[in-house]
Formats: sequence, structure tokens, C-alpha cells
Amino acid sequence: MSGSLRHVYGWLLLTPAAILLIAFTHYPTVATLVESLFSRGSAIRPSKFIGAANYEAMLDDPVFWEVLGNNLWFALGTIPTSVALAIAMALLVNRALPGRGFLRLAYFTPTILPMIAVANIWLFFYSPDIGLLDNILGVFGLPGHNWLGDPDTVLGAIIVMTVWKEAGFFMIFYLAALQTLPPELEEAAKLEGASRWYYFRRVVFPLLMPTTLFVLVNAVLNSFKLVDHLFVLTKGGPDNASNLLLYYIYENAFSYFDANYAATLTVVLLVLLAIMALAQFFFLDRRIHYR
Amino acid sequence: MSGVEVRDLAKQWGGTRAVNGVSFTAHENTLTVLLGPSGCGKSTILRMIAGLENASEGVVLIGDKDVTRLDPSRRGVSMVFQSYALFPHLDVRENILFGLKVRRVGAAEQRERLDRAARMVGLEELLDRKPAQLSGGQRQRVALARTVVANQPVCLMDEPLSNLDAKLRAEMRDEVRRLQQNLHLTLIYVTHDQTEAMSMADQVVLLREGNIVQTGTPAELYERPANEFAARFLGTPPMNVLDVDRLDLPGERANGGHFLGIRPEKVVPTDTGFPVEVSAVDYMGAETVLRLSHGGATLMARLNGRSEAAPGDRLHVRWDPADVHWFDREGVRLEGT
Ligand SMILES: Nc1ncnc2c1ncn2[C@@H]1O[C@H](COP(=O)(O)OP(=O)(O)OP(=O)(O)O)[C@@H](O)[C@H]1O
Ligand SMILES: [Mg+2]
Repeated sequence: MSGSLRHVYGWLLLTPAAILLIAFTHYPTVATLVESLFSRGSAIRPSKFIGAANYEAMLDDPVFWEVLGNNLWFALGTIPTSVALAIAMALLVNRALPGRGFLRLAYFTPTILPMIAVANIWLFFYSPDIGLLDNILGVFGLPGHNWLGDPDTVLGAIIVMTVWKEAGFFMIFYLAALQTLPPELEEAAKLEGASRWYYFRRVVFPLLMPTTLFVLVNAVLNSFKLVDHLFVLTKGGPDNASNLLLYYIYENAFSYFDANYAATLTVVLLVLLAIMALAQFFFLDRRIHYR
Repeated sequence: MSGVEVRDLAKQWGGTRAVNGVSFTAHENTLTVLLGPSGCGKSTILRMIAGLENASEGVVLIGDKDVTRLDPSRRGVSMVFQSYALFPHLDVRENILFGLKVRRVGAAEQRERLDRAARMVGLEELLDRKPAQLSGGQRQRVALARTVVANQPVCLMDEPLSNLDAKLRAEMRDEVRRLQQNLHLTLIYVTHDQTEAMSMADQVVLLREGNIVQTGTPAELYERPANEFAARFLGTPPMNVLDVDRLDLPGERANGGHFLGIRPEKVVPTDTGFPVEVSAVDYMGAETVLRLSHGGATLMARLNGRSEAAPGDRLHVRWDPADVHWFDREGVRLEGT
């Protein structure tokens, strides 16, 4: 085949994937960016170019800051806990213990359930007085609480539920990684008298780092992407106390019909995610041992 | 005193009995080889001595102390694994120092022991490399260096050379032997390679299906095999074992002898004697192995240098009756032969 024909051939092979990527990823991204530079249009006043005015308005929007703060707390509350739990569960079910298959399944079940279903289950847990949580508290003579109705507890309640849902998913990755570790490593450490904890700290955890990076990237993305539960549980309330960035974007686009402001927020979300993903890769990558 | 003794050691896994009441003593400063075909329980015995596997029955004594229920780290043993068991994320230095750090050895002593070990196994230039950047032989050296720094009186090795090529294996064999002697180790060495056993061992423990077949020096095992299995397992090519009832063999027959064993190097071609046909000729440089057939039986002859024989030739062979080993119907050696 001649050189130029080979090029044509290569491009033809790439085209289907490229069309899909451009149509559903790159074009919408650019379109969003463009839209964020225009004003909100209405029947009498058509949309027009306003430069960075939407971004200025955003900076003055107290709800935006509250939502961003919520999201930060949500990320801080869910990521370390679910990763730590995932490692702990994986270490547990990787050992030879009776009923290990059942335990693995049990830990993984929350992952199989759709978020909406999970939220419905937890809605029952959290409902004041008749809910599971209040019933348990009642046994100890403690008063009930409106967990989702109190701005002080609502975000915490959602964090707990998200950790419950996510940890099992991350556990699977850790379990797979643990099973690639040759058992002789532990035996060699054991012969030297290394405690379980020492072996974990010096050997297992460093060897799990590639998995941890993967899980962290996913966890960070999820903490900005997951909003399904808000529809069922709180709708971002009370008074935006549990509102997250993506849900706020949804509200702007489909409740207030301000597509341009929604586009502005979306750009901010994209930039945030890109920065975090890059930061993780660059900071962590250097300290990771890949096999 | 840091010899190793095992008494009636057994390991049961559900229905399978991998080790079936094994007793032997590995004396201080000697190299004992556990030899046997795959699956005969060598690794299991070694792991029970190390404490990585619990003994189902029997006792393990190290330096006259019963360690059967003792934690592996307190038995005074170090171990070299077939897969080397190097920590892939740590460099050679950290791999060698791992045990010393666990045991909280002082920094100055760590450095001293590291230097000595690296010098002994020739790793000085490679201390900053990761295991993935080393060749198989170099990785094996790191594993040996770990044994050196551990300073334990007893060392256990499970087929440490089986991943290396033939030339390197011969080299490392010398190195292991040298280390054992310089460090005055009681070394228990597992292998299924009889050349390795013959060339290194002070004592060979030959195993088969979880039982000891014979214990002795390499020469004892070679010259006085306890049974037909031992006779066939040691030596390349293995001993010829012929069923005398089916053949018309020259020479008298020992009382009750059922199988006749003769080493290939003791079979010599002559003008008259036992008639055979050459079925193959394996020329190996310093020697030639003739594969001979007589009726349904085959036997091998090992000759020095090159042989003029070609497949299809008819020859006669004979052997000195003093070189014959006799075995009874069960394959057990008949003494006095
Ligand atoms: N964890 C285990 N559970 C059940 N059976 C086992 C286990 N480990 C080993 N065995 C069995 O015990 C027997 C002896 O195994 P072992 O590993 O000691 O053999 P080996 O002599 O070291 O063989 P090789 O030369 O192939 O390494 C084998 O039949 C094996 O199938
Ligand atoms: Mg083995």
C-alpha cells in the first residue's frame, strides 16, 4: 500500500470513533463554553454576547458559593472514608475465612443497586420517628431527629449514605489488586517478624498505590457527578444545605430555565474536575510504583 | 547447637496426606538436600520447618529446642523462595535491609551488615536498582543477601535455582555452597534436580509421595540405592533395571533377586556376551549414550568419547557381576549384592 493510501485508510478507521467523540463530548463542551458567554434569551429580548458577565454574576451569587462549599465538604467527607473502608473490607475478604464469598457479595451489593433505589432505602432509614435510625435511637432512650430536615445534619446524612454506596465498588478494585500480590511476600515478611500492620504499611499499601490513584480519580469525579440521591432525598434543601454543584446546574437549567447561567456553572465544574484529575496524576504518579 | 531435627512429621490436607511421618536430622554446618519428584512433599516439609505451615503430626527441633508451635520469626531461620519473594517497590538496598528494619537493628550495624552481604554476593553496584531492573541471577543474589544479613543459623531454600539457565545454575550452585560454608549455616535445600543434589549435598533425603525413601551421602545413594526408585532417580542416564525372569541374562543370579540393576557406565560393549541392538546414539562430546534393546527390554550404555556404533547395529555387551545391584520382587535392595 502506498504512503498516502495508508493515511486515508488510517483516518477511515478512526472516523467512526472520532465522530462519536466529537458529537457527544467535544462539541457540547465547546458549545457550553460559547453559551456561557451569552445572556439569557427570552421572547422579547434575544440572547446576546455579554462576555464574562455571567461569570461575574456567578461570583456575586451567594448560592453558588454555598453549593461549592457543600461540594467540598461532600468530597472531603466521602472520599477518604470510602477509600479507607474499601481497603479495610478488601483486606478482610481477601483472607481465608468462612463465608468469605457471602461477605464479598454483601459488600458489593450496594454497588449493584441504582442510586435512586439506594436513596429510597435510606429515606426510610432517615425518616423522622418511624425511620430505622430513630427506632434504634429509641431503644437507647434517645430522642428522634429529622436528619434530612435539619440543615446541620442533612449533608452528613448524605455523606454517610454515599460512603455506604461507594465503598463496596472501590473494594472490588482493591480486592483484585490484592490478589495479584504473591503470597510469598507476606511469608518472607512473616519470617522476619513483621507485624500485619508493618507489612501493610511497608509493602501492601505501596503496592496498592496504582489502584489507589485510579480509585481516587473516580471518587473525586463521583463526588461531583453523583446527584441522583438529591432528587429523592432532599432536592438540595433545606435552604440549599445539601445542594451540590451539579444539582444546582440542573436547577438553573430546568427549573429556572437559565441555560446560559447553567452553562457558566458547567464550565466551572469542568475546569475544577480537570484541575483535580491533573493534580492527582502529577503529584501521585511520581510516588507510585507500577509493575 | 543449631542442627535441625524433624521427627514423624506429617501433613494432612483434608483427605490427602502430603507428608507421611518423615524423620531426619540436618546436622549443624551441613547442607542437607530434600530431593524427590514433583509433588512428593518437599516444599511442605520445608514450610513446616519454617513455621509457615502447621504440622499435623510430629515435632520440629532446631538446636535441640522444640519449635513446632513457635512463631516463624522466632525459630532462627531464614528462607530463600523459588520466586525470590523480593518486594517489587523497594530497591535492592531496602530489600536486603527489610528484615533488619523490622527487627530494629541500629543504623550503623545495618550499614555494616549490608556492605558485607553485598560484597559476598557481588551486588555492590546494584544497590539502587529495583528488582524489575535485575536479571534472574541478580535477583537470586538479592535473595541470598537477605539470608546473609539475617544472620540466622538455619537457612531454608526452596528450589532457589530452578528459574535460572543451566550455566548460571552451575555458577550459583557453587555460590550457595560457598555461602553455606563461610557462614557456617545449617542449610536445608529443596530440589527435584538430582545433579544439584549430588554436587552440593552433605546429606541427601530422598522422598517419594510423602515418605523418605533413603537418607545418606550422595555417594551412598548412588552406590547403594535402597530400592529401585532410588536407583532410577539418581544418575543421568538412570540405572538400567532389568526383569531377570523375562530375559536370558549372562552371569549367575543372586538368591531371590528379581530385578537386576546396572549403571550405564558399567555396561561395556564386547565381542561376546549379551546380544543387543542399537536403537539410538546420543553423542554428548565427552561421552556417548547408546540406547540398546533386547527383545522388549531397553538398556543404556554410557561410553567415553565418541562411539562408532550406529542405530541398527548389533552388538554384545557385558558387565562385571560385582557392579550389579539386585532388587527383590518389591523393588527393595537385596543386601550382600
Ligand atoms: N494448600 C494445600 N492444600 C492441599 N494440598 C496441598 C496444598 N499444598 C500442597 N498440597 C499437596 O501436597 C503435596 C505436596 O506438595 P508440595 O508442594 O510439598 O510438593 P513439592 O515436593 O514441593 O513439589 P514441587 O517439586 O512440584 O514443588 C502435593 O500433592 C500437593 O498437591
Ligand atoms: Mg515445591
